[in-house]
Amino acid sequence: MSKRKAVYASKIKRAVHMLFYRRHKKPGVKGWELRKTLGSDYPKVLSILDEYLKPLDLQVKMVFEEEKPASENPTLEELDRARFYITLRGDLTPKEAKMVGWRIDDLAGLAITIAYIISKKGKAPRKEVEELLREKLPCWKVGLNIDHYIRYGYLTQDENEQLYLDWRTRAEVDQKALIDLILSK
Amino acid sequence: MQSKRERIRIGRERLQRVIEMCRAVEERSLDPFLVDVDEIIRVVREFFPEWEQPEDLCLDAEAINRLASVIRLQSEWVKHRSTSLYTDPFLLEEKIKHLEKEAIVEAFLGAWHPIVEFEQISLHSLKEALRYWESLPPLKDRWKEFPPPEEAGRAATREELIRLKILRDKAFTEELENFWNELKRLVEEKGENGRIGYWDFVGAETYEETIHRAFMTSFLVTYGYATLEINPLEEEIFIRPFEKQQRRIAKKQLVTIPIAITREEWEKWRRKEA
Repeated sequence: MSKRKAVYASKIKRAVHMLFYRRHKKPGVKGWELRKTLGSDYPKVLSILDEYLKPLDLQVKMVFEEEKPASENPTLEELDRARFYITLRGDLTPKEAKMVGWRIDDLAGLAITIAYIISKKGKAPRKEVEELLREKLPCWKVGLNIDHYIRYGYLTQDENEQLYLDWRTRAEVDQKALIDLILSK
Repeated sequence: MQSKRERIRIGRERLQRVIEMCRAVEERSLDPFLVDVDEIIRVVREFFPEWEQPEDLCLDAEAINRLASVIRLQSEWVKHRSTSLYTDPFLLEEKIKHLEKEAIVEAFLGAWHPIVEFEQISLHSLKEALRYWESLPPLKDRWKEFPPPEEAGRAATREELIRLKILRDKAFTEELENFWNELKRLVEEKGENGRIGYWDFVGAETYEETIHRAFMTSFLVTYGYATLEINPLEEEIFIRPFEKQQRRIAKKQLVTIPIAITREEWEKWRRKEA
């Protein structure tokens, strides 16, 4: 193995440790943390790791917590502020989703809530979402479910009881695909 | 023709309405195009020359600020509509209402890529933890600098109460009888008609001692060793000792006589004595 290859192999190992094992309260690693540990070529390390993960149906996902960068190729400063996760590349089957620990009702409620908030430009009053969920879920469960989605980081709520999409939705849900799939049903 | 004051009042009301409307659009996610920006600018412009007071100028600035927020929302709305993410909320709502939950879940699973994360302990972290444990001083060393916890409460001993001057060394009855004898002696020496002025008896060199004597006197009266005689017109109080302790007569109504032993009273008595 050439010296260059050995260096990258070692960096990939370290990147795997950082990305798979939770280091903070929230999962994922900030770009600047990766740069500090792996060096300024960490985007290249991540892209090699992404290739390795492909056959395992996993991927390295980059999420911008604030405004998305204007250009396709973000700068190093923009990458520093992004958060990186390992997510599933493909889809789960309904049976697998149950194994992950989600009840079908709760998952459907989450899908509806996210889709509705997306259609409302990323912000919707909690009351409206609750009304929508009450169509198919028992009343007593609706509030609990929304609180559960908030706790998991899928949604966030402000003091005016407006719901927004939170970090976990940005990391895990392909918003465009979700809307397209719902409308095509 | 409207007076200036009337125009200012109307102007303030119009600006308040503008601010409320813009706030409602912002906070309740209403359609920002419900706000007629040109009309609001016309209103703001129309009333601007009337404003002289700083609070009116602040109101004007707030209206402009709120309007700017609505324009920003309008711009975001246009941007969102032009993106591929735009979906008519009503269309989506209808779709969601008619879809079975299984179909919704199926759609969601097609767009959901959950995060993969481990929370298990690793050999490396175990090693780190062991190293930390080895270097961690025992609690008895770390907590040495803290003061020992206070002793738990318990009943005070008689000696402690005497030390704190709550109890006297002598038995209370013995002390009371000595005090009674002192009263009888003082009445003989200084008293008139078998009685002595209250302050002449309880008054002492120090205020604290006076309080103590007044306290003991109250027991002399209560236990039937002496009685108080009050002259309400002259506002004089005398104390008359009995030769023998009087037994309480059950049917007789007991009377409580409050006597204030204030420092001022004591000082007044001291000055008179001097």
